[in-house]
Amino acid sequence: MSQPDSLLQRLWPFRLERRATPSAAMRLASPLIAGVAMALTGLIVFLILGQDPLVAFRVFFVAPFGGSYEIGELLLKATPLMLCALGLAIGFKANVWNIGAEGQLIVGAIAGSAVALFGSESLGALTVPLMMLAGAIGGMAWAAIPAFLRTRFHTNEILVSLMLVYIAQQLLGYLVHGPWKDPAGYNFPQSRAFAEAAILPALVEGTRVTGALIMALVLAVLAWLFTAKTHAGYRMQVAGLAPAAARYAGFSDTRNIWLALLVGGGMAGLAGISEVAGPIGLLQAVISPGYGFAAIIVAFVGRLHPFGIVLASLLMSLLYLGGEAAQVELQLPSSITGLFQGSLLFYLLAADLFIGFRLRRIVRAVAP
Amino acid sequence: MNLDHLIPILVSTVIAATPLIYAALGELITERAGVLNLGVEGMMLVGAVAAFAAGITTGSLTIAFVAGMLAATALSLLFAFLTLSLQTNQVATGLALTLFGVGLSAFVGRAYAGMPIERVPKLDIAGLSDLPVLGPLLLNYDLPVYLSIALYFAVQHFLTRTHAGLRLRACGESPTVAHAIGAPVIAIRYRAVMFGGALAGIAGAYLSTALTPMWVEGLSAGRGWIALALVVFATWKPLRVLLGAYLFGGVTVMQLYAQGFGVEVPSEFLSMLPYAATIIVLVIICRDPKTILLNQPASLGKSFHPDA
Repeated sequence: MSQPDSLLQRLWPFRLERRATPSAAMRLASPLIAGVAMALTGLIVFLILGQDPLVAFRVFFVAPFGGSYEIGELLLKATPLMLCALGLAIGFKANVWNIGAEGQLIVGAIAGSAVALFGSESLGALTVPLMMLAGAIGGMAWAAIPAFLRTRFHTNEILVSLMLVYIAQQLLGYLVHGPWKDPAGYNFPQSRAFAEAAILPALVEGTRVTGALIMALVLAVLAWLFTAKTHAGYRMQVAGLAPAAARYAGFSDTRNIWLALLVGGGMAGLAGISEVAGPIGLLQAVISPGYGFAAIIVAFVGRLHPFGIVLASLLMSLLYLGGEAAQVELQLPSSITGLFQGSLLFYLLAADLFIGFRLRRIVRAVAP
Repeated sequence: MNLDHLIPILVSTVIAATPLIYAALGELITERAGVLNLGVEGMMLVGAVAAFAAGITTGSLTIAFVAGMLAATALSLLFAFLTLSLQTNQVATGLALTLFGVGLSAFVGRAYAGMPIERVPKLDIAGLSDLPVLGPLLLNYDLPVYLSIALYFAVQHFLTRTHAGLRLRACGESPTVAHAIGAPVIAIRYRAVMFGGALAGIAGAYLSTALTPMWVEGLSAGRGWIALALVVFATWKPLRVLLGAYLFGGVTVMQLYAQGFGVEVPSEFLSMLPYAATIIVLVIICRDPKTILLNQPASLGKSFHPDA
């Protein structure tokens, strides 16, 4: 039985065919394809907005590499993204969807700031390490809530961790408007500036990069060792890839959930305290332009692999800097960054289709 | 507390619940078809900004609501294409939709921030809104409030009393079986996702033209996520969505009135209430795993492809 080709088939004579094995090359190429597609979308958006696309492109994607200060800013903004995404990726691999890194980041910042504000005079050289510790514990404590509710009451961690973001934001607002407000701060909603001993020093003269970057890179290596070389990391991967197999093998779901959320929360907490003890230098009502949410995209673009995440966090940091530059130089709203971030993830998810499938040209058999 | 105090509280409760009813009933249909769309918050925001922009530009609230609905439907179509045609992970794609919607609405809305818009007018049904008690309590809302209740009846009827509703539920329980008996699973799911998008758009439009007639970044403040939680709370049943929405409306309103009654709590803690209530309610419902197991559409969140 021969049917005439439909118009669609003539215009698009391809069909999707499942690959025998997922393509490793596509897994790596997909983020690049997504990045290019996002940049092209950006060009179109700039055109629609009446900007010279080449000028806009230079401001957005090239200028952030201009000099040592600019590169420092790139690394500075990449740090919290890297920290949050490394932790989230460990959870995502095990199908634990912690999307509340933003809240864990905030509570980490609050806990670390408590050390800075109330202990820096007596603690001396121990101040910064204790702040970091407090930050990590703060983030872990906040992430422990969805972990406890999920393991004890089967409550969905996506919704709980997300709700806790709003609660953390209100808590921060309460502290900087209320008890922690700087009495000499002209009523601004912010704390006292941290003492010298509670500030992370710049790594390189003339930049704002701090030791938090080194910490993040070390943690990236540790995260890689954890997933690739430890049994706990293996158990979590199995739980993510084949939940039934994990159950048969007797791997504890509860342990995976706790581990994923505590690691994710702790890393996000470190990101939070590194921000307030680094570039910000005090606690204020808003301490993150959505790093915790952008980190979700970073984790996916980085293929949930620690080293991929390091690269992806640089790309995401570029988008933040590009958005700021576009606001200053082109008078575009900096929220254009969010537009780019969202479309990047869309393109990535679509391009990922070709990891498992490929396009095949439809060849019609000619009747003899 | 006398009646004069109680009536405005109840009235505000109904108004605060209305966007939740729209968004949650939309997501309920989407989920009953087996698709988990975590992008409600993003669709709501885009609907809110589109409605606001259209309302400011044309001066017509009808066009505003249509614009909000269309914008959010377009986003949901993108989600449907990715998850249903390209088989992407529904959780990740839904998160992407929310992140994209937050960014897009902030970007588009920048030009409209701080502008005033005329609020959706309240009706005066049968000229009786001056009637004591019943007048303000029942007969003096804006049109979308009444339509939200009509929508509940429509959704309830569709799901339980129509053939199309049965097929939609089959897609959510077992797409393989639905496919085998000849239901176009993918097409049904497309329609369910777009229905959810349209209603999230209406919810957004209601936010920016009625509940708080203005635009600010992140206007929805997590209401899209609360709507998602409501569907779980309602164990995927329309009537419980309606009741849950009024419960949450009440919690939201409580934070506004508590200080008026001399409750000495910092405003930030009162603002936490709806989010804390969401968590508590989820815990209560999910405590017994059987509740979810028995009520959740069995194939919720799982990809389906007729060729596979």
